[in-house]
Amino acid sequence: MEYFLELSSSGLVRGSIYALIALGYTMVYGIIQLINFAHGEIYMIGAFVALIVSGVLTIYGFSGVSILILAGLIAVIYAAAYGYTLEKIAYRPLRNAPRLSPLISAIGMSLFLQNYVLLAQTPDFLRFPALIPDFEFMEPIAHIMGSPELVILVTSAVSRVGLTVLIKYTRIGKAMRATQQDMTMARLVGVNVDNVISMTFIIGSVLAAIGGVLVGSYIGQINFYIGFMAGVKAFTAAVLGGIGNIPGAVLGALVLGLTEAYAAGYISSAYEDVFAFGVLVLILILRPSGLLGKAVKQKV
Amino acid sequence: MVDNIKRSLLVSIWFVFLTFPLMVVKVNTLKNIVEWRWINMLWVAIGAFVLSIVWRWAMERRQLKNKKAEQGEEESVLPGFGQRLLEDPKIFKPVLIALALVTLVFPLVVDIYQTNIMVLALIFVVLGLGLNVTVGLAGLLDLGYVAFFAVGAYTYGVLNSFFGFGFWISLPLGGLMGALFGIVLGFPILRLRGDYLAIVTLGFGSIAKIVIENWEEVFNGAKGIANIPRPGFFGAEMSIHTATTYTYYLMILMVLFAIFITNRLKDSRIGRAWMALREDEIACVAMGVDMARTKLGAYAFGAFWAGLAGVIFASRNTYINPNSFTFMESALVLSIVVMGGMGSIIGVIVAALVLILMPEYLRAFAEYRMLMFGAVMVLMMIFRPEGLIANVRRKYAGRKVVTEDANARG
Repeated sequence: MEYFLELSSSGLVRGSIYALIALGYTMVYGIIQLINFAHGEIYMIGAFVALIVSGVLTIYGFSGVSILILAGLIAVIYAAAYGYTLEKIAYRPLRNAPRLSPLISAIGMSLFLQNYVLLAQTPDFLRFPALIPDFEFMEPIAHIMGSPELVILVTSAVSRVGLTVLIKYTRIGKAMRATQQDMTMARLVGVNVDNVISMTFIIGSVLAAIGGVLVGSYIGQINFYIGFMAGVKAFTAAVLGGIGNIPGAVLGALVLGLTEAYAAGYISSAYEDVFAFGVLVLILILRPSGLLGKAVKQKV
Repeated sequence: MVDNIKRSLLVSIWFVFLTFPLMVVKVNTLKNIVEWRWINMLWVAIGAFVLSIVWRWAMERRQLKNKKAEQGEEESVLPGFGQRLLEDPKIFKPVLIALALVTLVFPLVVDIYQTNIMVLALIFVVLGLGLNVTVGLAGLLDLGYVAFFAVGAYTYGVLNSFFGFGFWISLPLGGLMGALFGIVLGFPILRLRGDYLAIVTLGFGSIAKIVIENWEEVFNGAKGIANIPRPGFFGAEMSIHTATTYTYYLMILMVLFAIFITNRLKDSRIGRAWMALREDEIACVAMGVDMARTKLGAYAFGAFWAGLAGVIFASRNTYINPNSFTFMESALVLSIVVMGGMGSIIGVIVAALVLILMPEYLRAFAEYRMLMFGAVMVLMMIFRPEGLIANVRRKYAGRKVVTEDANARG
């Protein structure tokens, strides 16, 4: 039983991270039907910026929580800037192009950003400082769920609630929903669609960067390639839940995280990815539009 | 002009800000040292300034071109060089003869290293032609194409190491295995639409690699399979040099074969069904095309070529391990198809040669080649989305009927 709880906790942690990245995928997809392949790279850049900032701050004598907050904040700002620039350079000129063009452009951008970080920094793994403090009240159950896990779960949940509030109750959220439903119509009633799309990329990047900082601190090392697998997994999660659907992305991410954790714990850690994709294929066969996705009727 | 410079300055400042932490600062978390590389900041500033001017100029030209196309002036534009090359027999024939001559004497004048690279490039030509059927003609986005390549390579590797099968028996078996996997994997995803398809195929690609890596008994895991024989010629003993040359000619034959088959197929019944499926699935099915059979056909056919190419790849390297079959290879083949111009056979060949040979001969820039590769992919999509050599749809000369309706729809 204890083993099961342990696996569940680690699955939930994974799922929460995937959810943070998957939200960016699903939001962008919902609005411009683009698989933003470079999204995983934004997450990686977020982690790198946090690492660099925390390294500099440590040397200049800061410590503890202040580093976590400052590094996290700067990472988030930079990720947002990268997301914004990415959309402007690689996707905006292709707004009306055939479906495959932006996807190829995204794959190109992903390669570019990976190699940019590789050349500017290092191909090796870098040690990421453990920024998340240890709470005393978590001691008794630390073998099941420690402080870092708790922080990840809470941060991820808070971010998700924040996103929901933003989308449901603010002006920009309303504009985003309108653009998602019908871009032409939204434009006609005075929504600045370009700004809405930029904003979507910025919000998605912010969430991804939060994920990047948390993972870096949790796992303890990062390199330029971490974005790829995380991106693929998060995208899988988004599809699993029904792409374009925000609660679906979270649900899909948690299902995926738990599946991986159980598969790794009970069967073999070498095959956890096989199970992750296996679940995806299985669910897509049974429900071709994902767990929460609506079956879209095609009109002729 | 002043305005232009002002805007470029702003862009330059933005990129200096953007690249600051990654380009300028370098921390060593073990020794707690920070290295400040201010010179990089200067390079970024200058680079961003110049590039932004070039970018704006290129964008203006692109807009002009699009506007012209919208006004229907494209008819008057001279056909591009690529098209003229294909259509004008006066140019076409001598070029073809010259090309054939170069191809024939190539391995005799250059050294074994060059021939070997050329063989690799030709393998990617075949892969490109295969994926061209799935993606270019049938419009089924496949991000895990490398899985079928791996199936072919490991078919030969395993059959050889366990049962001592030779190259010539394994070649068709590899192709068939590829096609079989294409059908098996195609079945569950028949109903999926574009992007769902993309991620599932990507998943299949990763699964193939993981299974190969972890199934030690059959595939020898991450260590890979070594001592795979090169293609034989009626049991004749061959030095490495002759064997490479021989593989080269074999590859040329195979490329010609692939060109012939795919070209013929394009205008066949199933080829038209593929293209119709790509354009509009619902209309296509409504016209009585069997969707399942057509889609599976496209998968199987594309995978067949990947299987063949895999067998040759294994025999060329004489050694295979899972690391040759990553997502990068899938992305590379996909870029070959897209950059060549979707559905265009000549385009695929040119793109494959450029993309494989360019990095090999630009070893000096080896560090930057993936960076440039990524940038080229983005730029190609923005400034030349139709690919290097656009696919020319075969037109049937018939009565030209222009109705009001067609005009209104534009």
